[in-house]
Formats: sequence, C-alpha cells, structure tokens
Amino acid sequence: MNDATVRITVNGQPVEVAEGCSVAAAIARLGVPFRRSVRGEPRQPLCGMGVCFECRVCIDGVAGQRACMLQARTGMQVVTDG
Amino acid sequence: MSGDVLIVVGAGIVGAACAERASAEGFDVTLVEPGTVGGGATAAAMGHLIAMDDDPAELALSHYSLGLWNSLADLPQAQFSRCGTLWVAADERELAGVPAKLERLAAVGIHAEAVDSAALYQLEPALAPRLAGGMLVPRDAVVYGPAVAMHLVECAQARGARLLRDRALRLTRDGVELHGGRTLRGTVLVATGCALRELLPALPMRARKGHLVITQRYPGLLRHQTLELGYADSAHGSDDSSVAFNVQPRPTGQILIGSSREFDDAMDPAVSMPMLRRMLERSFRYLPALRGLDALRVWTGFRPTSIDGRPYIGRVPGMEHAWVAAGHEGLGITTALGTACLLLDQLLQRPTAIDAAPFDPARLAATVAA
Amino acid sequence: MAERYDVLVVGAGPAGLAAAQAAAGQGARVAVLDAQPRAGGQVWRHDVRHAPSAAAARGIHDGLKPPIEWLAGTSVVAAQGDALLVQTPQAARWLHYGNLVLATGARELLLPFPGWTLPGVVGAGAAQALAKQGWPLAGKRVVVAGSGPLLLAAATTLRAHGAHVVAICEQAEASALRGFAAGLWRWPGKLLQAGRLRLQLAGVPYRGGTVVQRALPAADGCLLRAVGIAGPRGTERLACDMLAVGYGLIPNMELARLLGCATQAFGAHAAVQVDARQHTSLDHVYAAGEACGIGGVDCARIEGAIAGLAAAGAAVPAGLLRRRGHARAFAAALRRTFALRPQVHALASADTLVCRCEDVTLGMLDGHADFRSAKLATRCGMGACQGRICGAALAELGRFPHAGSRPPLFPARLSTLAHAEPAS
Repeated sequence: MNDATVRITVNGQPVEVAEGCSVAAAIARLGVPFRRSVRGEPRQPLCGMGVCFECRVCIDGVAGQRACMLQARTGMQVVTDG
Repeated sequence: MSGDVLIVVGAGIVGAACAERASAEGFDVTLVEPGTVGGGATAAAMGHLIAMDDDPAELALSHYSLGLWNSLADLPQAQFSRCGTLWVAADERELAGVPAKLERLAAVGIHAEAVDSAALYQLEPALAPRLAGGMLVPRDAVVYGPAVAMHLVECAQARGARLLRDRALRLTRDGVELHGGRTLRGTVLVATGCALRELLPALPMRARKGHLVITQRYPGLLRHQTLELGYADSAHGSDDSSVAFNVQPRPTGQILIGSSREFDDAMDPAVSMPMLRRMLERSFRYLPALRGLDALRVWTGFRPTSIDGRPYIGRVPGMEHAWVAAGHEGLGITTALGTACLLLDQLLQRPTAIDAAPFDPARLAATVAA
Repeated sequence: MAERYDVLVVGAGPAGLAAAQAAAGQGARVAVLDAQPRAGGQVWRHDVRHAPSAAAARGIHDGLKPPIEWLAGTSVVAAQGDALLVQTPQAARWLHYGNLVLATGARELLLPFPGWTLPGVVGAGAAQALAKQGWPLAGKRVVVAGSGPLLLAAATTLRAHGAHVVAICEQAEASALRGFAAGLWRWPGKLLQAGRLRLQLAGVPYRGGTVVQRALPAADGCLLRAVGIAGPRGTERLACDMLAVGYGLIPNMELARLLGCATQAFGAHAAVQVDARQHTSLDHVYAAGEACGIGGVDCARIEGAIAGLAAAGAAVPAGLLRRRGHARAFAAALRRTFALRPQVHALASADTLVCRCEDVTLGMLDGHADFRSAKLATRCGMGACQGRICGAALAELGRFPHAGSRPPLFPARLSTLAHAEPAS
C-alpha cells in the first residue's frame, strides 16, 4: 500500500522488503530453509499464523522466534537454523 | 520357586523392575496396572541417577542400584547420559561441608571430587558469579524413566508375564481383588507409590508434590545435572514446602528445571503459579541465563513419601502373602533396580546384597499399631 | 501496578473486536489483546499490498476505538484466579478482569500425507496468511487443495498476489457441492459472495471429489516439485511450486481448556460450550465466534456483540439472537457439505511423519492405547508446537482424543513464568 521498505539481514545477507512484511516473508526471498528438523530435514512455515512453530528462527540473538508473527524492522538480524 | 504366582500391583519404574526380576527368577508374573506403564511419578520425575549421601541406608541402596543401572546404559530408549552431578556451594559455609560428603561417598566406593571456584566455572560457565565451588560426582547419570519402565515390562512379558489393565481394589487373604471383579490368587507385591494407601492403609504414605519445567532446545548451555548443596535439606527435610536449585541437561539439549516440594495428599495436579515462581527464582539465582530461555511445558508429579523418608521394601507386617516396594520419595528411579533385587532376594529367602532392615516395613510396626 | 479491566477480550478477530465494541458501548473499561502484531484475526488479516475490505476496515476501527485498550503482540501464557499472565516480545504482566471474553478463533486442520513436510507445502489459510504478509508469490504455480470455502478465498488472495493457481482440489464430491449451492438462496449474502469469488477465479479449474495424495520433491529432495492427486478422473500429477492444503478449521481451545470451561464435541475436536448469552460454564467467562464451533465471520460478529453486551452486564436484543441462529444454520450446512471423506483419513502411511516437531511417524504410535503413552514412548507432541498440529491430526484420524492444557499455553520465557502477580 505504500512504497516504504525495511532492510534486515538473514544469515548475514541483506534483504529488503516492503514495510509491514513479516520476517518469514523476508526469509522466503532467499529460499533457504527456516530450520532443520530433529532428524535434519529442511523445513519452512506450514501454518502462517503462529501455531506450527516450523518458522522459528533466531532474531537479534533471541532463539526460537516465530518469523510469521513478527514484522520485519530495519536493522533486524535474523539467523535461520538451516 | 519356579512357576509360583506373583502379582505385581503397579507398573511404575519400581513395579516394572520387580516384575522384570521376578520373571527372570521364574515366577509366573501378572502385572496389574490401569494406566500407562511408567505414567505416574516415573514419567513426572527428572530421571536423575544420583548418590545422595545424607542417609547411610539410602546411600547403600542407591550405590547398589547405580551399579545395576550400568546394564541399561546402552539401551537407546533409556537415553542414558552420564552427565555427572555437580553440587554447587553458594558460599564458604556450604563449601566447608564438602569434605565430609566426599568421605561418606568414598566409604561406599563412590568417586567424587571437590571443586574450587575456578574449576566450577570451567565445568559450568553459565553459573552465576561468586559461587564458592562445590563437588563433582562424575558417575551419576540421567535416564528417561518411563521408557525404561516400558522396556522392563516388555522384558517381563517376553518371559511370559501378563499385563492386566485393571485396578486393584483390595487385598484378600490369599491374593488381590480387582475393580473389574476378578480375584487373583498368589503372592502379591504392592508397588503403587502414592496410591499405597488404597491397598495398605496401615503403612503411612504421603504425596509430596513437585513442579518441573522443561525448556526448548539449548544445546551446550549446561553439561551436568547441577544442584545446590542445600538440596538435601529441601529433599529430606520435612518442611511443608521448599524449593531447591536442581537443573538437568537432557540429551535433546533441553533443560529440565526443578525442584519444589509440598505435601498435598489430595494430589491436585494443577500447576501452582506461586510455587512455580518460587522455584524459578531459585534457579535464576544460580543460573541467570535461564531467565531469557523459553519454557515448553510445566508439569507436576507426586513423590510417594513414607513417614521416615525411606521406602518400604519387604513383607507387609501381619500378612503372609503380601509384600511392598513403595515410598521412594525422589529416589524411585535411582533405586528401582536395587529395590527389585532386594525384594526378590527376600522373597526367595536368600541373603541380600545390602542390609534390608532399614527398609523393612515392620520398622514402623509401632506406628502402625498405634 | 495491576491492570484491571471490566471486560478483557482475548483475540482481535471479528468476534473479539465486536465484543470489545459492544462492551465499551456500555461504558465498560475494555482491553482487547492478540498474539498477532496487528488486529483483524485471520479473516481480516492485514495485507501488505492490498487495502482491506470496507467491512474489515470498519470492524477493526470500531473494535479498537479509544478508550478501548489495544494490546498487540500479547500472548496469554497462564491463568490464575481472575487474572491472565501475558507476555509481549519485551515484557510480561498480569491482567485482571471482571469478565473475560474468549474470542480465540480457529486454526486450520492440517492432516499428514506423504511429503507434507517438504518446504513449499503449507496450509490453505496459511498460504493466504503468508501472501498477505508479503511472501513472494509472483509467477509461482500453486495447487490449492483440501476442503471448504476457505480454498476459494485462499485461491483468490494467491491470485491477487501474482500466483498462478493451477487448480483447486476439493475433497467433497461434486454432488454434495451442487446440493449445497442449490440451498444457498436461504443466505443471499453468501450467494453473492460465492458468485463474486467464482468470478475472481475465472479460468481456475475447480475439481470436486479430488484429494492430494502426496507431495513430490525435486531432485535435491528438499523442495516441492509436483503433487499427486486422485479424483473422479483417476490419478494425475500436477507440477507446482507451492501446495496450499487445509482441511477446514477447528477451534482454538487451549485457553478455554486451561480455564476449565465445559466443552462440546466439534467433530473429532472440541468447541467451547456457551448458553444463549455466550456465557461459558464458568462465572465471568464468555466465548464468541469460532471458539464456540466454526461459524464464519458473520456469526463471529453477532456472537461477539452478544458476548460483549452480556459481559458488560447489558441486555441482549432478541434480534441479535435470531441472526445468530440463522448464521449458525449456514455453518451447519457448510459442515455437512464439506464433511471429510474416509479417503482423507487414510492418506498418511506408517512412515509418514505425524509429529513434525519431534519427527515421529504415524507407525511409531501403533500399539499405544492413549496419547500419553504414545508421548512418553515416542516424544510425539512434546515439541515446540505443544502438540497443536499432531494432536489435532491424531484426533481427526481417530487415534487419540485431545489432551488437556497446561501453562505455558505457548512457549514462554522463564522470566515470564516467574513474573510476580500483583495482589488482586
């Protein structure tokens, strides 16, 4: 709806998305897995609404954050578990 | 004894261990359990295999049992992890108690070492600053209790034991009557933990509620089961309620946080937020990094607690055919295997590996009679 | 400082917003909280690229209008007495209430089938939610599948975000769908809506009686490449980059269960039991919308208004009660039409993962009489989602009924659980 963008990094790579996008949407631009399952499979979001926890990543040093529940904000440093 | 009937009532870790031993000795075993095998205190427990030195009799039983646990160390589902126990001294006064503890452990052949402040932080860098030191017991371990109970029951079943999904109603003169209406005849072993009161009201048993919290996975944060030295005061004191710092690294990287104790004979399983808070505040004092970690689950369990804190292991006073193995408080998993051997040796009138007298239910005969 | 509200509303979707508005209109001190950063719930979820519908814009505006307090990004962790322990990404606090309105909404029923853990496989409502969050979809080929009217809404949103919708595969038989359409005249608004969606989806094949049997990976094994479907015309393979598959909605029951509200069966699942005034079995606790059984947005608005009035101690106009009856009748017709066929329950094989958090297969659960036993032996349901996905799936598959709920309702910081409650 507006043209403002935010810039975050995902695994050190800069990603620019429209303001209001979720962290999950930003990560999806790189096409990388969000996490590895306990037996090593790559996973990406399943439910998109905070229920399944498949999208959890480390944001600004805090592990286990649901990427679909947080809006991307400039300066965020995201590390996937993939 | 081969072919003699033994009815084991209760399939927690103690009942399961007894059923496994009895089936190995050739008994015709029937295990009576209405719920999930290992689904009571066994599932709620931390699964810490620990040598507690504050009561000589319990230390002997624990040491005996810890030796037997080695046979299950390679069982995958046991999730056996020899992480050791690190006892933490908050101050010099607590540290001063370490030599005596080392001596008591050494007396039964358990190796432990004093840890100074510098070594303490090498062992567990995340501990709060300015702790005095402590004591490391390297051979202590952790297991996953319910999976072991299930394994022991399967071993017994492989030797012909039956698992009966029913609840025992009462002991009869020569067996046990079940809720389902059946009566089983034979020697009965009651291993029902907190529920002992239903079948053997003469043996005092109280339920001591505990809270536990498990976190998400944080591999590497903690390496040893780590307790405050004041834990024994909480565990074996008779205060109405107490908490102690007691945390465990699970093989998954999760951290299991205890412990709380409060008598609750009504056995209300609800999580008490005030008690939970007290317990967590205690753990933050020793391990501040816990504050920011995510908790996944909180649950409660009930420790079966006899009047003197020691389990009842032996013949029920005044009953020829009834035996008991119950009341292990917080040491049921540690001492389950030893308990089973101690009980079977008595049942088979063989010499016991350790002195059975401190656990003889008859020790409370006076109390019971009164 | 203890926060105390006359009416505390949990959930800022259509039901919760209507409840807040109604209660505030009676002069009550009202707060509405939601775990999401923005209000609207799922159906009125904010779209980063498209303006909201007039109804959504108005509903959100009216439901958050000061002095109503809006607590965004706030999750309920635990409950005690007349207070809820909540946390935001930054802090924790206790919120006290006179009356509580549960408007916790619904989530998708996601069922296991071979390949459902592949990246690129998402729920149908999930695809819609992700699209609105800005998930890159331009030029992506998407198969929409599962069951229910949500498939149409999801496909419409996906298209609006530049995706190419390959097909909509609806498990319900075409005959059931025709019967349902024939009865739509009783709900003219719905008829209009259906017509509009159909227009927006012109050119997208809509296949009745068709299920996705498996998701197939690309050569690297890590990404979705195609799906295998089975329908009246036999089996077929559809190439795609994304599969959006959901089998309808189920109520979010965790908080109601924790509080101890009486529940009623909702298929293999549960819903909160309420009386005519949306009052639950507990004093001071009301419930509205999907939590009481899936009824759709119109029903949620009406029930929210009733719950808000009742929670504020006001009388409920008879007109509202009548409208609720009409909306619930539509929901019941929907449920009959889109009832899951046995085929859907048989998609997962023994080696299909059912617990995605702990990687537990369906076969590993064999021989366990109840969920607790299965959990203890396999870790099924012990992961981060706390059994929300596998628990619902196993209930639907007829394996185990749902378990109770305990704090924390969501994984919560230990410092939150230790947060001292103010004296009430």
